[in-house]
Amino acid sequence: MNARHATLLAGLAILLCLPYFTPTYFLHLLIQVLIWSFIFTAWSMMGRFGFVSLGHGAFMGVGAYVPALLWNYYDVTPWAGIPLGVMLSALLALVIGYPCFRFRVVGHYFALVTLALSQVVMLSIVAARDITGGSLGFTPRAAGHSWYALQFPEKSYFYFIALVLWLGGLAVWGWIDRGIGREALDAISEDEEAASAIGIDVMREKLRVTVISAALTALGGAIYGQYFMYLNPETVSGISVSLQIVFAAIVGGMYDMLGPTVGALVTISLNEGLRVGFGTHFIGAANTIYGILLILCIIFMPRGIVGTLQTMNMPRSPTKPVPTE
Amino acid sequence: MDIYLLEAVIDGILLGGVLALLALGLNLIFGVIDVVWIAYADIVMCGMYAVYWLYAGFGWPLLLACAVAIAGVAALGVLVHILIIAPILSSAPINQLLATGGLLFFLQSFATLLFGTDFRNLGIRLPIIELGEIYISTARLLAFSIALIGAIALYFFLKRTFIGTAIRAIAQDRDIVGLMGVDQRRIYIATSAIGGALAGLASCLLVLQYDVHPFIGNTFGPLIFMICVLGGLGDMIGGFVAAFIISQIISIVGYYSNTELAYVLAFALFIALMFVRPRGIFVR
Repeated sequence: MNARHATLLAGLAILLCLPYFTPTYFLHLLIQVLIWSFIFTAWSMMGRFGFVSLGHGAFMGVGAYVPALLWNYYDVTPWAGIPLGVMLSALLALVIGYPCFRFRVVGHYFALVTLALSQVVMLSIVAARDITGGSLGFTPRAAGHSWYALQFPEKSYFYFIALVLWLGGLAVWGWIDRGIGREALDAISEDEEAASAIGIDVMREKLRVTVISAALTALGGAIYGQYFMYLNPETVSGISVSLQIVFAAIVGGMYDMLGPTVGALVTISLNEGLRVGFGTHFIGAANTIYGILLILCIIFMPRGIVGTLQTMNMPRSPTKPVPTE
Repeated sequence: MDIYLLEAVIDGILLGGVLALLALGLNLIFGVIDVVWIAYADIVMCGMYAVYWLYAGFGWPLLLACAVAIAGVAALGVLVHILIIAPILSSAPINQLLATGGLLFFLQSFATLLFGTDFRNLGIRLPIIELGEIYISTARLLAFSIALIGAIALYFFLKRTFIGTAIRAIAQDRDIVGLMGVDQRRIYIATSAIGGALAGLASCLLVLQYDVHPFIGNTFGPLIFMICVLGGLGDMIGGFVAAFIISQIISIVGYYSNTELAYVLAFALFIALMFVRPRGIFVR
């Protein structure tokens, strides 16, 4: 145990020192990796139990747009705006989740209902173009270096914010993983009827994990907005970002704590490497390769990179079956 | 009745025809193979590019270009089944859905790589029909009629031929059909080919009305899933009716306010209906 703690501490120390000797460009990439890792981890909290949501774009969009709109129009500090956005997202998850679980909307149907939800949010943002700027995007008013506005031109500030966010996400993952609810959720993902027959409150367990996942995704979206200072309905909500979240989590491995982080690392460095490698002459080359990798990954290693590595290391460890439905 | 509203209603009916055709193809694949092709609309996009290049690029006659495009998209459908679906046929259904989601990324970005993000159109302007004070686009009327003919042809194919009967049987009970001496693999490939051909036919009809670009699938793709699910995944007649309901909503709400709001309403209605009738609105 001590050796493991030492490795963890050393890793943390390296992460803490990184901004002092990393070039700005790499710091920028690292911040992106951390923020996306957090969002992918949030998605996997549901995904690992077989609740495949294609609607996380909706939660991210609400989380990103609410604080930005409040800041620009009513001068509300993001310190109040972000919690409000997160709460709205959680409410949205509740409003969609409750009837979904009540009427047993599962599998394909759950995926498609949540897909519709992300389209509703994206198209609403586009339709309210007088307020949100529509497809042209939205820029929060710049305030220079300000804690009140949660805006920092220096990248190192955001690096630490993103680092704390990511560690927090992992902590929540660990909390769910260790809690009694995890056993219940495992049972539900195997067989919902049987789980409810042995006295598990299926509705409560499912709703809880859904609301946590949605709230954290919204928080990730809010920090994304604060960092990039530019929001676009296509990049923070809708079908494409929803699919992007799902795929990165699957590629990395959604059944392990660090899987989604590996997913973010792989997808972002792949994207960035291909972008730098091919330049702007081959727009789409990066995603073409990405698409092929995704298909291969789902066919040949449904447990993702981390999951596959683990099964290779421990051939006799009991592997969790891929969820049915 | 407002004359422009009447025009919007007619427009909605005409749009519904093409959507119904697409919903039929997706429904056929779902009902028989039990897979949701998230990339279905992007396969249509490939067909639209095929027609565009053969007609406007190489100067082929339009009908020949359409025929080749339909055959090409049908072949693409078979390829998708053999390369992507067949290897994971026994794994969780959601994995199959996600694998075709990977295909969506691939097709969209591959099209961007090959053709760029320019909007392209055939440059054919079909005349507008004037009926009293109502204007109807010939392209849409043509698309509607051909979509109907396609749907009826599919109906007779499924009812009257051996393969059609086998396809319907497999949708009802996939275990028993194997015992009756039907080769599942061949039926799946035939179904994928027909699903592809319907997408190909739809792409020929759509390319007459809309500009083609790599992301055109995103505009009507989610809509087709909604229609299929509303009608009951696998229920073809239900899907056919649902296509017209959805297209009417989009057309009429779009007339009173704007297109995005019409889509928002259509999707919101879909979510609500899923709670009331989770297995489709026409399921008894």
